[in-house]
Amino acid sequence: MSKTVELPRWIDVGALPLLNLLLALVVSGLVVLAIGENPVEVVEILLYGAFGYEEAWGYTLYYTTNFIFTGLAFAVAFHCGLFNIGAEGQAYVGGLGVTLAALYLDFLPFPIMLVVAMLAAMIFGAAWAYIPAYLQARRGSHVVITTIMFNFIASSLMVYLLVNVLRPEGSMTPESEQIAEHLRLPFIHDIAGALGIEMASSPLNLSFVYAIVISVMVWLFIWHTRWGYAIRTVGANAVAATYAGLEPGRFIIIAMMISGALSSFMALNEVMGVQHRLLIDFTAGYGFVGIAVALMGRNHPFGIFLAALLFGMLYQGGAELSFEIPTISNDMVVVIQGLVILFTGAMEHMFRPRVTKIYTAWRLRQDAGEAA
Amino acid sequence: MDTFQLIILLLDATLRTSTPLILAALAGMFSERSGTINLALEGMMLGGAFSAAAVAFYVGSPWVGLLAAIATTIALSLLHGFACITHKGNQVVSGMAINILMSGLTALVGIALFAQGGKTPALDKGSRFQPITFPGAEAVKDVPVLGPIYSELLSGHNILVYVAFIAVPAAWWVMYRTRFGLRLRAVGENPGAVDTAGIGVVAMRYRAVICSGVLVGMSGAYLSTAQGASFLQDMTAGKGYIALAAMVFGKWRPFPALAACLLFGFLDAAATRLQGVVLPGIGEVPVQLVQALPYILTVILLAGFIGRAIPPKALGRAYVKER
Repeated sequence: MSKTVELPRWIDVGALPLLNLLLALVVSGLVVLAIGENPVEVVEILLYGAFGYEEAWGYTLYYTTNFIFTGLAFAVAFHCGLFNIGAEGQAYVGGLGVTLAALYLDFLPFPIMLVVAMLAAMIFGAAWAYIPAYLQARRGSHVVITTIMFNFIASSLMVYLLVNVLRPEGSMTPESEQIAEHLRLPFIHDIAGALGIEMASSPLNLSFVYAIVISVMVWLFIWHTRWGYAIRTVGANAVAATYAGLEPGRFIIIAMMISGALSSFMALNEVMGVQHRLLIDFTAGYGFVGIAVALMGRNHPFGIFLAALLFGMLYQGGAELSFEIPTISNDMVVVIQGLVILFTGAMEHMFRPRVTKIYTAWRLRQDAGEAA
Repeated sequence: MDTFQLIILLLDATLRTSTPLILAALAGMFSERSGTINLALEGMMLGGAFSAAAVAFYVGSPWVGLLAAIATTIALSLLHGFACITHKGNQVVSGMAINILMSGLTALVGIALFAQGGKTPALDKGSRFQPITFPGAEAVKDVPVLGPIYSELLSGHNILVYVAFIAVPAAWWVMYRTRFGLRLRAVGENPGAVDTAGIGVVAMRYRAVICSGVLVGMSGAYLSTAQGASFLQDMTAGKGYIALAAMVFGKWRPFPALAACLLFGFLDAAATRLQGVVLPGIGEVPVQLVQALPYILTVILLAGFIGRAIPPKALGRAYVKER
């Protein structure tokens, strides 16, 4: 093999993902052209819808919150070499935990409830992730297949519970009772209002702040704790980890349970923050998008934040788009998501050899220039 | 209605519900036996269903629709192969990407073409696959036991149902009795050895995903032009994943996979009939439990409680030739 130079970090984690993202957006533009609309106009409406006015910002950040949680969830498992496709189901079951806590412990004051709801979400989400984790760690069943199966099982279980157990008497819609007003997460515009700042109302709530805090905690956990180190070691090379005295199975279970707990925090935003009750399919695919968010963000909390913001923008801007151009439904956003996952995730190596070649040639010429 | 009649009806429905699963499970098998994970069955099925319905509507022939479906799914398979085989991308991610992409694209194109909220227009009789009545089915109808089995259970399905059931022994024969099948399986177990023998690993894997595309295309066309009469948004509703589960349940082999598909199809057919039925001693069976059973059973199998499911050894790993 000919001599190559290792790519510097800014190309590896900056330029290459951006190049892939650009390609995804160009192909999305071609799709827009193909259905007979103007891509430039679409981009304008998308950006205006996502950032053009104050309320839009709130919505964009509200979607971003969900993506931060599910992105972090995927990333933690990924650092352990695991593909957790089950964020959808884990968040769904986590929502059950939040709802049960809020409905049956409604005598608790808000600050205590906040902690209890978080714990309930964590426990339910982590428990739902535990079974696939255990099966992977101890019985060698592949976590990709089992988590997919668990998404469907969760979906059936929740439909059963919502239709037969949680539905209030006399109601026809399969959803739980409303949670008490004093137990809901405060909206950011309400907090700002209390501080004397005028803000347009939006579903953005306290859980956004929580998502930022959790991002920092995940960063600390993965790169600055023993467990984080162990998880990364197992993910990089399970055999080497065994020689180093780490038991891979143990850390597979730990990573998956943390992953499940992180996805379940999405329910805080949706159930406690916005919907104020448990709805069928409230996870609405956020769990799957988390995969794209984590891959684009190179599984680093800061990258995940940026990628989550991008997807938050697409969601909010996409909603605006379907208002403005009737032929472009919300499905356009789904198409863009798919293309982004395809190009930044599955085809992430497409440009690498070529970029490496160009960079190597450039470096060699520079070195030669210096030597002369 | 007596019990016998009920059983015949239930089995008849089972054949219909398991047909798309059988075709898709065989599709998954061809891909995975060659070492390429195929989580994209769901999305490919959806793409096939859409193309079949849209083209059949314009042309007025289900056969042209079927060809369009197969062309679409082969194209998607090649895309999957391009990402996973050529660029050694992550196979799970590529599969998920295709699923999400097709879920959006079929609806988007559907709205752009027909403006019916993602549906395709209803197909008339001539542009759908029609039931085939076996010779003498009417005549033997009143013969006890064998009559209904012949005239109701076996006769009266559309061509794709029979194709699916013929495809199973055919796939077995290709997989275990031909040179192509041997090489395909070898490339999924030990690509290095195949490469040493002078056979191109990449070309072999591409051929396998193309086979996969042909089969899953048929299952998509079945949904929209044989079982149904139009394409509906997200009409696969997880069937691709159930087929995947059936393939794993069948331990990546044609006949066990067929058995799993029939079982899952039967559960599907039974679920609709069990709604609100109170069984003696058990009480009302939650429909959701019956619907979740395929997934629960697959997890139990994977956990190693019903024999062991061992995937192809090189599954999920791109082949890197040593330099």
